[in-house]
Amino acid sequence: MRYLPKSPADRKAMLQAMGARSIDDLFGPIPAEYRLDRDLKVPRQMAESEIVDWFRERSRENGDSYATFLGAGAYYHYRPVIIDSLISRGEFLTAYTPYQAEISQGTLQAIFEFQTMICELTGMEVANASMYDGSTAAAEAAMMAVRITGRRSAVIARSLHPEYREVLATYAHHQNLPLSTCPFDDSGRLNLQELEKAITSDTACILIQSPNFFGTIEDASAIAEIAHNKGAMLVVSIAEAVSLGIVEPPRQADVIAMEAQSFGVPLGFGGPYCGVIATRERFVRQMPGRLAGQTTDRRGKRGFVLTLATREQHIRREKATSNICTNQALVALMVNIFMTIYGRVGLKELAKQNLAKTAYAAGQFGKHVKLLFSGAPHFNEFVVQSSEDPYAINSRILGHKIVGGLPLKKFYPELGNAALWCCTELTTRSAIDTAVGMVAESERSMKASKEEIDVQEVTR
Amino acid sequence: MKHMTRKATRHVNQNEGLIFEKSSAGKAAWKLPPLDVPEVDASALLGSSERKDLGNMPEVSEIEIIRHFTRLSTWNYAIDLGMYPLGSCTMKYNPRVNELVVRLEGLANGHPYQPEPISQGALRIMRTLSDCLLEITGMDAITLQPAAGAHGELTGLLMVRAYHQSKGAPRKKILIPDSAHGTNPATAAMVGYGVENLKSNAQGMVDVSALTAQMNEDVAALMLTNPNTLGVFEQEIHKIAEIMHAKGGLLYMDGANMNALVGKVRPGDFGVDVMHLNLHKTFSTPHGGGGPGSGPVAVKQTLEPFLPTPVLLTQSDATLAFDYDRPQSVGRVRAFYGNFGMFVRALAYILANGPDGLRQTTEDAVLNANYIRQGLQGAYDLPYSTPSMHEVVFSDKRQAKKGVKTMDIAKRLIDYGFHPYTTAFPLIVPGALMIEPTESESKEEMDLFIEAMKSIAEEVEEDPQIVLDAPHHTRVSRLDETAAARQPVLRWKPSTEPAP
Repeated sequence: MRYLPKSPADRKAMLQAMGARSIDDLFGPIPAEYRLDRDLKVPRQMAESEIVDWFRERSRENGDSYATFLGAGAYYHYRPVIIDSLISRGEFLTAYTPYQAEISQGTLQAIFEFQTMICELTGMEVANASMYDGSTAAAEAAMMAVRITGRRSAVIARSLHPEYREVLATYAHHQNLPLSTCPFDDSGRLNLQELEKAITSDTACILIQSPNFFGTIEDASAIAEIAHNKGAMLVVSIAEAVSLGIVEPPRQADVIAMEAQSFGVPLGFGGPYCGVIATRERFVRQMPGRLAGQTTDRRGKRGFVLTLATREQHIRREKATSNICTNQALVALMVNIFMTIYGRVGLKELAKQNLAKTAYAAGQFGKHVKLLFSGAPHFNEFVVQSSEDPYAINSRILGHKIVGGLPLKKFYPELGNAALWCCTELTTRSAIDTAVGMVAESERSMKASKEEIDVQEVTR
Repeated sequence: MKHMTRKATRHVNQNEGLIFEKSSAGKAAWKLPPLDVPEVDASALLGSSERKDLGNMPEVSEIEIIRHFTRLSTWNYAIDLGMYPLGSCTMKYNPRVNELVVRLEGLANGHPYQPEPISQGALRIMRTLSDCLLEITGMDAITLQPAAGAHGELTGLLMVRAYHQSKGAPRKKILIPDSAHGTNPATAAMVGYGVENLKSNAQGMVDVSALTAQMNEDVAALMLTNPNTLGVFEQEIHKIAEIMHAKGGLLYMDGANMNALVGKVRPGDFGVDVMHLNLHKTFSTPHGGGGPGSGPVAVKQTLEPFLPTPVLLTQSDATLAFDYDRPQSVGRVRAFYGNFGMFVRALAYILANGPDGLRQTTEDAVLNANYIRQGLQGAYDLPYSTPSMHEVVFSDKRQAKKGVKTMDIAKRLIDYGFHPYTTAFPLIVPGALMIEPTESESKEEMDLFIEAMKSIAEEVEEDPQIVLDAPHHTRVSRLDETAAARQPVLRWKPSTEPAP
């Protein structure tokens, strides 16, 4: 086996050194009745070339070279080449969690820079080193609000990513944390009258997403005011990080739970991604996840360590803020390098291109079909409501090697034939025009067949 | 250094400030293509939601970014540089072909919501990996959704709870041996269970009579790591399972130490009902400085209805699809389907090994740990003489008499060119030195390690101060962790003085 660095002679010499006759002696502690005396039924050992071929085949079966209008929490942005050049360095890729600070300063300083940039972008005072993803970050942020306020329920926006809501429901279920859902209004924004009614003296937090699942930017300051007036915290989930280049962050929030996948992380069929929690300094001791902090060594030199570990499971065990241990460090490093590449000016320009593509696409769609929620500003997603079932339209668009917008029926049956379309800087005008053309054609033929039915009914 | 080491030599590395200290207006590492659609007025579109300023985000060029992160990288220890004897962390070689295949276009750019007919490649990878993991563990059903080991524990215990609930009551507590990793009790608390400690016997194994006494209808499950964190296989595992099952309880296995078992024995065969695996330990996906991981959970048939949604299924036409209609499911634990990139890597590792390679890997891992045990038992105290599997735990009992603790020895190991072993647990061994070499180390590398450890033991006798002050040859000496926690500085600010 090519990964194993021992010759048969090495093995023999080692066994001799410990006075064992055969390797079986070392497995003596396992009761004989349970020992496996056959080969595992897994595929035979493959050569590297065969492995590459096998996965190339799978890659070809997986929408290789399709253009996409899918977003919904996973966004297709350009990834600068140097991200992979740098994260492929073995000293980052194959390093462990930086508990031994003296030989982990590279990882620790990178985390410190990551935390700083997340603070700059979100307007928060502290940020952790990462969480698993945006959904678990949102759930953990809600739990954090429960610990801080001592209150025992939460209000969740219906415009929060449906799968994030499912994850939160799973986490909350056994914490005796009742959740209520607040609807959206005709503009796609949170319904503030309903929100007022939903908050009680036992509400620990309101959890919203902005831009929300429909791409609509919420009025975070109005929501924060309502929450704070009733002693509840505002937790904001941000799933499209590129929006932070041009959309004002929810600075009035108490906790921001992010998904940073848009910053240089491949779509990768849903993971690994990069969750982050950012908050106010005064809440830091209730924040889950690892944190890097600055300190000095015995000679007074600047250095970095993992700090405030008394929040964590390896110190506090069942009294910890969370059970999280392994996080998404290498993915956070991708995000870090992406933020460094685009920086203060590039992130804004990048976000503006997203905005321009979306404005063009929404404008073109709007000529032929109804757009929902057009009464409030959007970032790079918008909702199209067709006459025909969007699954049927999409299956025709797929013939052009284009994946159409996400049909919303599954998550929002009340929205009928609505679909969530997404554009990024990588969406081409020609793909937009093709998709719009096909949706327009669908509208025309639906209208024609409807007229035909009407005519038939009149003549009957 | 008193004793010379053959492993490492000091060499120059570069200093490097924070990226913010290199920033200046007008530098850029990005270039966007011209727009193929009309420009827009952001203020008109966004109104008061428009952001005007990105604060102190850096402005630097590409070569500076390359140098910045390359310099930082050289300050890290890594498996690619040498042995990483961290007990219960299984720091093994991370094959590079795994990194290549995960970047293939269709896998890297696959959107989680793309239609299933054009997702068959990804689903086939998930199905094949699932089948391999089920065969390796001897279990019946699996979810790949959890993002890490602790997340797998959470998922597993949620299923335990749902199982008991379906029988009438969720029960009240989880039994956890005193040798367990800290995530076990933290997870139990997150699922709303009380934690009851189970003490180990003189051999470092579960005390079966204590278990019998503590087991009752309030106990939902026993969370057992096997081999446990002493590297000891629970020889009475069949009795343990029987005791649990007789009172309607479940046996949960933390698969952190699965590297000792693959191809040799299957948890499903010795009575485990639910377990998680760590793809970033046993199945070679890179630790990446702390993550990402992946923590699949495998269960027996009785727990299958409670798996998180969605569950992968094979349709009548042999294509694969996700099944969302799972009325008894514990729900979702993560958006989408899990850390898919880790599935690709873990499967590539399994394919590279095959059944013979997987078995040889386990044998070599156990051989290496026992070779180290043999080499060091004269120099360090071995608190439990029970046979070791893939890791061995010594204590600092002898060195402590000279005022030298396990952490000091660990720090001195750095000067010898090695990453320290695990010092934080198991809690049942005061001053533990928990060593897991994995199969990835050659005899030469382990001889160097044994030589370094023996040399440190001699230094403790002759000149303990040199060990107490270690490390001596790193960029920074021991860092003031107390100050870091007392007055936390968790981000850079423009007012911060440049570093000394």
